[in-house]
Amino acid sequence: MAQDVLVVGEISDGAISSTTGELIGAAKGIADGGAVSVVLLGSAAAGAASSAFEAGATRAYVGGDAAFDTFKADQWTDAVNNAIDQGSPAVVLMAQSPVGRDLGPRVAFRRNSAVAMDCVTVGVDGGVFKATRPCYGGNAQAVYSFTTSPAVATVRAKSFDPPAPQAGASGETVELPAPGDSKWDILGFEEVVTEGLQIEDATIVVSGGRGLGDEEGFRMVEQLASAFGDDKAAVGASRAAVDLGWYPVSQQVGLTGKVVTPDLYVAIAISGASQHMAGCSGSKMIIAVNRDPEANIFNSAKYGIVGDYKAVVPALIEAVKSA
Amino acid sequence: MHFVVCAKQIPDPETPPSAFRVDESKNEVIPAQGIAPVLSQFDGIAAEAALRVKEAGADVKITVVSMGKESAQAAIKQVLAMGADEGLLLDDDAFQGGDWTTTVNVLAAAIQKLGDVDAVFCGRQAADWDMGQTGLGIAETLGWPCAILTKDVKVADGAMTVQRVLPDGVQTVKMPLPSVVTVSNELGEPRYPKLQQIMQAAKKTVTKWSAADLGIDTGSIGAGAARLKLERLFIPQTGGQVILMEGDTPQEQAANLVKALQADKVL
Ligand SMILES: Cc1cc2nc3c(=O)[nH]c(=O)nc-3n(C[C@H](O)[C@H](O)[C@H](O)COP(=O)(O)OP(=O)(O)OC[C@H]3O[C@@H](n4cnc5c(N)ncnc54)[C@H](O)[C@@H]3O)c2cc1C
Ligand SMILES: Nc1ncnc2c1ncn2[C@@H]1O[C@H](COP(=O)(O)O)[C@@H](O)[C@H]1O
Repeated sequence: MAQDVLVVGEISDGAISSTTGELIGAAKGIADGGAVSVVLLGSAAAGAASSAFEAGATRAYVGGDAAFDTFKADQWTDAVNNAIDQGSPAVVLMAQSPVGRDLGPRVAFRRNSAVAMDCVTVGVDGGVFKATRPCYGGNAQAVYSFTTSPAVATVRAKSFDPPAPQAGASGETVELPAPGDSKWDILGFEEVVTEGLQIEDATIVVSGGRGLGDEEGFRMVEQLASAFGDDKAAVGASRAAVDLGWYPVSQQVGLTGKVVTPDLYVAIAISGASQHMAGCSGSKMIIAVNRDPEANIFNSAKYGIVGDYKAVVPALIEAVKSA
Repeated sequence: MHFVVCAKQIPDPETPPSAFRVDESKNEVIPAQGIAPVLSQFDGIAAEAALRVKEAGADVKITVVSMGKESAQAAIKQVLAMGADEGLLLDDDAFQGGDWTTTVNVLAAAIQKLGDVDAVFCGRQAADWDMGQTGLGIAETLGWPCAILTKDVKVADGAMTVQRVLPDGVQTVKMPLPSVVTVSNELGEPRYPKLQQIMQAAKKTVTKWSAADLGIDTGSIGAGAARLKLERLFIPQTGGQVILMEGDTPQEQAANLVKALQADKVL
């Protein structure tokens, strides 16, 4: 059954973000011939619309006013609400990003409808739109349908493949008005710079946990990452290690940290609590070093070494270097 | 001023995965034997945020509000022991079986009935369903401004100033009261109550309000008003059997692991 889907787009470097591309891909499947529209806000919006059309959107609601350049949740909610008024979509998709986390519930409650947050699958099943999301720290997954419209869902990055761009594809553009006043007064921004490769972009992530025993243990984890290659591998940490002050919060993997999907995830002295796995279970392969053969991490790992990391990791560094 | 801290009691999220069970026929989590429910972690942190404002010198009354069953008294008492002034339990069979919309309707009705609330503090997400929408839902329902995922909250001169945790840095936002804020773990650990505070909190009476006390439209609460329908709850399958590396020494085990990774073309 054809139905219209609206995607709340995000812009990076003048084009739609990779996650917005993934959402448009997902939206096409759900729309099944219905319209796929995208909302784009900020002075780069008109330019980014062409990349949205190339990804398969058929309509762009463009709010080009520069007041949209900085995300202000109330102004953006009004803009998305306006697009919903015009297009009456059955489904609204956005990313589980700072923008989507904020707008998803606002839009749902504004429309007297409902939202499912942080979904890993959204699609039509037996004619009904359903959203699947992890819950209970990743121990379980819940599948929801909606009794109201529009169904709003925020979707985790990399849950869908981005569609292959159709060069030169075009679509309809609808202008959205400049925003009204915001109740948010933004007083400042302090950038936190993480040097080198970001863990979300790394093809190999080597993470350390509380079992390292101290901050020094992370030097060994870093050396292992370097052995894999500084251009490929980055270092992550469990929340326990971060809470102990051993590693920066920017590197935390898990439910309340970053979600990473590398080709290889190496867990060193990490027990594999569900909330940690929530951030790495999408990895293509997990391997683990842990002295406890019963550790939960071994339920998700393909390969493991049971032993003291202080003996195993140096051996692994040498073996990787000579590989 | 009057602050509300929204606190939810949940099954202990640190229950070992091996003890976590789901009744797929009822789409329900089976409570783990012998593991007591707890105050959702981020709600303790939300309480900490409210208490820090009070300690910074603001003249505030802090009311901790929980929608739940009688057992949720324990979560309320925990926040009272931390230093909150009053407890309010929203308990009625009519509240059960709903979804986030109906929870928001109940909490927003309670906040309206309290009447003089200047700020609402919620956790970033309840650590059972990990949803993260209730604070925003309350704000949207009451028409108040809201900021989510904050690590610092200050209140002065009719405005709230918060630090929002973003992937690339920290943003400072000011918004007028009354407002809603959701608090994240980056704020820091909640305080441990002293024994004396725990004993005092145990003696405090917690006010209880039912649906009738709230004067809420029963068509907006409970299972009948839910907008999200839980079709299925299940435990996802994990990868299968781990292959533990053989070898008499760590060097041999490491060499075998690297060989396996090469065979899989990961290296
Ligand atoms: C709401 C909520 C959100 C959360 N979010 C996150 C999150 O985002 N990320 C996260 O990671 N956690 C998160 N947690 C915490 C999570 O539940 C666990 O407590 C945490 O992941 C444990 O970290 P760990 O594995 O490093 O420590 P532990 O669980 O203490 O595990 C240490 C491991 O090291 C092993 N070990 C010890 N010594 C050695 C040695 N010498 N050599 C080899 N192995 C050794 C032990 O056998 C053990 O398996 C969250 C919890 C809650 C309730
Ligand atoms: N039943 C409840 N009683 C009180 N507060 C709640 C309840 N449910 C949710 N909250 C608050 O809303 C926050 C977010 O919950 P959620 O949207 O379920 O993830 C929690 O951290 C609490 O502060």
